[in-house]
Amino acid sequence: MEPAALRIERTTRASRLGAVGAALVLIALVSLPAWGDPSTMRILVEFIALLVLAQMWNLLAGYAGLVSIGQQAYVGLGGYALIVLADDLGVNPFLSVPLAGLVAAAFALPTAALVFRFHGGYFAVGTWAIAEVYRLLIANTPALGRGSGRTLTAVFPLARETREVTTYFLALAIGVAALVGVYVFLRSRYGLGLMAIRDSEPGSETLGVDVFRTKLVVYVGVAFGTGVTGALIYLNLLRISPDAGFSINWTAYTIFIVVIGGLGSLEGPLIGAALFFLVREYLSDYGASYMILLGTLAVGVMLAYPQGLWGMVAERWDLRFFPVGRRVSLDPSPGPSPQRGEGEGA
Amino acid sequence: MAWVDTILQGLLLGGLYALFATGLSLIFGVMRIVNLAHGDLSILAAFLAVVVVETLGLNPFLTLILVVPLMAGLGYALQMLVLNRLLGRGILPPILVTFGFSVIIQNALLETFSADSRRLNPGGIETASLSLGGGLAIGWFPFITLAVAVLILVGLQLVISRRSVGRAFRATSDDQETAELMGIDNRRLYGLAMALSLGIVAVAGVFLGIRTTFTFSSGPDRLLFAFEAVIIGGLGSLWGTLVGGAVLGIAQTVGAKLSPGWGILTGHLVFLAVLLLRPQGLFAKARRIG
Repeated sequence: MEPAALRIERTTRASRLGAVGAALVLIALVSLPAWGDPSTMRILVEFIALLVLAQMWNLLAGYAGLVSIGQQAYVGLGGYALIVLADDLGVNPFLSVPLAGLVAAAFALPTAALVFRFHGGYFAVGTWAIAEVYRLLIANTPALGRGSGRTLTAVFPLARETREVTTYFLALAIGVAALVGVYVFLRSRYGLGLMAIRDSEPGSETLGVDVFRTKLVVYVGVAFGTGVTGALIYLNLLRISPDAGFSINWTAYTIFIVVIGGLGSLEGPLIGAALFFLVREYLSDYGASYMILLGTLAVGVMLAYPQGLWGMVAERWDLRFFPVGRRVSLDPSPGPSPQRGEGEGA
Repeated sequence: MAWVDTILQGLLLGGLYALFATGLSLIFGVMRIVNLAHGDLSILAAFLAVVVVETLGLNPFLTLILVVPLMAGLGYALQMLVLNRLLGRGILPPILVTFGFSVIIQNALLETFSADSRRLNPGGIETASLSLGGGLAIGWFPFITLAVAVLILVGLQLVISRRSVGRAFRATSDDQETAELMGIDNRRLYGLAMALSLGIVAVAGVFLGIRTTFTFSSGPDRLLFAFEAVIIGGLGSLWGTLVGGAVLGIAQTVGAKLSPGWGILTGHLVFLAVLLLRPQGLFAKARRIG
């Protein structure tokens, strides 16, 4: 028998549809300042910020297996870097946002040297402890306003509308860059290596994946993305304090979004972030109860359906809008449910 | 002399930290998971003691008679109903579920008891002190805390080294699968370990509430101090946690004396220094408990 021609599928019908849908959504979002009102823009900036935080944490925990509970360190560092760059060093405040990511990444390198000594649960607590160290160091630095924090004054000369529209477009650019960046990274050979590490660390090592290096690249890259997002958040809020910037809530929101939406997929955080926003909008009047509800939901999902809401949908209808895996199918008649290839699934 | 006094106070504070650390270390030793709600559960115990004091008018020390079994029962239920269902699913689910509990407990405490800070008042003993001569004095209460911590550690050591349940703990700690093949019921054993851990955490929480004020959000710091004491002392070493607690306590009191606001930070920095210079901890016993 002639060897069957194998074809590697990297797109799905849903992903082609998804690309069209994403383009339409993007057009709507880009034109929003022309027809939307400022409060919608502010909410969208907030939404994009949480979505990017979630995508970053998902890459870290869902793909690289680095379950950090200390990502608030990079939100805070990014926020403070924005204020130091824009107010103290006179850099353009909007340009300071990506630069703040570089500052966060620079802090991530020595941090990794410490926390990479831990594994599993102790890695989680270790990252949390280091985030506290950064919070306390900043809270004890007079130039950074100690415990009461700082206000971003560099944007005051700008007209309110200019500031809001520019912040909105910046957020949009960050959101698209994060989504495309994570997608391209996961589809690259490094992404394949990363998924191999997730599935079996010793196995991937014997196949020539540099486990330490790959994890380090992801950790520092995610710190960059988280730092940029932290700067974006405080460009929107204009005021930062150590307790707010380094609040564990950033990580709690992120984790609930990813876990409920679906860990280890790109679609999951989108669904999770949308759900998180809905719950918060409708229940925040009831004080802390929305966090109790989201926490319970996250624990329930983890127990009963660890793939999250998106995992449920993807499995039921075999839908993948952002396929990062590779499927092997027989040419020329790809079956309706091709065999799962490497790097597929969670 | 003032410095000797500071170090002495720090040493006694270490007794409290060792109490927090022991429960964390026990759970990690037996089932290799880290309970991220550890600190919040201790604060829950302190609030339970507040409720008992307010309804029954008991002395805070006596509330332990109720709070310890309650927390132990909660621990057993938590393990049997929730955490055991996550066994064999990798490192991620236990971390995320216990973190979820941490957030749930904090917000539930906030809803129930408001954001006000509370304190347990045992009626004078918390301020009484014992003169050691030469201008040195130690508080009775910190001394009692350290003594209780040592007693609990001795008791735990005896259980682990002498009793059959301790043998089972050590066996699962070494090799879960083989222990199971030898007829050990891991699930029930884990339930017992969690019950023991939360029983000790209840003591720690009530003692914390007598020593200082606490709020719904005091939990995470307790988890971090416990974790740091465990790492400084060396993973898996019960007595190491006592030393780790003492090192952390001394670092915090010395730091606070140098500059207010630097107390907790100095503790964290000493922890990082140990991590950098002696990552296996001061008394490492690789992958074992006891």
